[in-house]
Amino acid sequence: MCGIAGIIHRNVNDAPVGSELTAMLQALRHRGPDSTGFALYGPPQAGRIVMRFKIAERSELGTSIGQREELNARKAEVDRRIRELDAKIIAEEAPTTYAFRYEIECSGDLSELARYLEEIDDVEILSLGDGLELVKDLGDANGVARDYDLAPFRGSHGIGHSRMATESDVDIRSAHPYWAFPFKDLAVVHNGQLTNYWSSRRDLERRGHRFASDCDSELISVYLADKIHQGIDLKSAIRQSIDDFDGVFTYLVATDRMLGMAKDRLHAKPMVLYESDDMIALASEEVAIRSVVPREIETTDPYEGVVRVWEI
Amino acid sequence: MGNMSGTERSLEMGMHTEQLRGRTQQVFFEPEEGENFLYPGAFEVDPDRHAELDAADLDATAVNLEIRRLMQQGFGNVTVKNPGAKHSLGVGILNRLNLHFEGSLGYFGCGLLDGPNVTISGRVGWSCAENMMAGTVVIEKNAGSTFGAALRGGDLVCKGDVGSRTGIDMKGGTILVGGRTGVFSGFMMQRGRMIILGDAGTNLGDSMYDGTIFVAGEIASLGVDAVRADLTDLDVPWLARKLAIHGLAASDGVENLKKVVAGRQLWNYDNLEPSEKKLIL
Repeated sequence: MCGIAGIIHRNVNDAPVGSELTAMLQALRHRGPDSTGFALYGPPQAGRIVMRFKIAERSELGTSIGQREELNARKAEVDRRIRELDAKIIAEEAPTTYAFRYEIECSGDLSELARYLEEIDDVEILSLGDGLELVKDLGDANGVARDYDLAPFRGSHGIGHSRMATESDVDIRSAHPYWAFPFKDLAVVHNGQLTNYWSSRRDLERRGHRFASDCDSELISVYLADKIHQGIDLKSAIRQSIDDFDGVFTYLVATDRMLGMAKDRLHAKPMVLYESDDMIALASEEVAIRSVVPREIETTDPYEGVVRVWEI
Repeated sequence: MGNMSGTERSLEMGMHTEQLRGRTQQVFFEPEEGENFLYPGAFEVDPDRHAELDAADLDATAVNLEIRRLMQQGFGNVTVKNPGAKHSLGVGILNRLNLHFEGSLGYFGCGLLDGPNVTISGRVGWSCAENMMAGTVVIEKNAGSTFGAALRGGDLVCKGDVGSRTGIDMKGGTILVGGRTGVFSGFMMQRGRMIILGDAGTNLGDSMYDGTIFVAGEIASLGVDAVRADLTDLDVPWLARKLAIHGLAASDGVENLKKVVAGRQLWNYDNLEPSEKKLIL
């Protein structure tokens, strides 16, 4: 089933989107208790790139002797390769033993950095961006927000996902949001099934794109990355995706300055939209929007084939 | 009421369910046989007794149990404040009751009803009034998809827009939509009527067996097996009366509504029904 949610504030960039999105996703917990993910957007860090990455799956922890040393070695190798590419780690946080947040200075090619780091066994770059903080882990929204200390996060917008695993594993690799590797700040959450996943994936792999999982939702982020790489604007890319994807889907996409949504032509997956002078909130169910706007409100269900993009 | 027929008396009492022709599972309400229509778990209520219920801090189960408790105590008029778009509110009510929601409901609201008159001042999410057998549900704002899925009887009214697959698998009753509907409305419709005062999305009436759809606005496309038909002399007064009951009006008059029916007879299904479809076509 899965639940998706998004919120964007029109006039401020220091709104409590961390706690807002947590409340929205917790209200959607019944749609997917397996994992929860957030793509939160704050003010850009001047001259710094925020990198979120993991060095192991949570489910793999405690399964082998000497694992701690192995994880330490992987992280040390990440640090060494960053230095090797003349990048500099400015700040480092370790919310868990397997997922990390770095602020780095890097004057070189970010995609080269990302690819080089992912050559290390079990290392996956979850996101790179100026303002994007992408966090995803197993469990419900309150648990993930607590573990990664998301409550104090302030920014302009964000998207999130509560996942009910259907076609791929219950692990961080298959959790949403998906970052559009290797493009900064672009993330996607999705509710639905893409039935032409494998043929579309093969097309994109032939064009040089990397897939980290077997989750069909990842296809959307890679597809959009490919279109943007071709110079197509986000709204046009989203429109084109409705023609190119088979199946049933509703998805949200965010960049550092935009939040977009798409609905398939069968209108098979839900989305409720609330728009005011101050904010736009979208979710699979109105009850999620009510968790941040606790009063009677006017909402609509975007129709089949609808594409909307809001810019801050 | 002495000179009125059973049908007229029932209509006068607010039972708007249409008596359909042919073999039907619908049983028309006869006031004299009221005792035969009581379910276990149905309550005798007094429409002059009014109670209020604040749902702000209650979950769906608690709200529904509270409505049940009030009916058990004989309250025939219940107002629920702050429903907060919660799911599955006001379900499984099997007796006459005037139930008012001040606000919006989430998914699966007012399902499995048989008898109550419900008003909702806000909007409803997906699958409102699923499997309703009798009564009325009137929504002032918008509704989500699968509105009135498998409806069997009663009047289901949304004064705003509704989502896709409105009246999917509908088996009786009437759905009225003040605005537009999404794709695949009337999908696999088997009986009953649907009136759409705005536009209808693509594949209207796809795979419908029977029943009738009226549309005031544009029809994006008809689905498989759905065909246009002419309004009959029976349709026009029925449409006028039905819309008037709920305070709705077709902008160009009911005479200009477009009528859609099933264009294909299914083996056995149609043989069993000396149907109104033949009369209409």
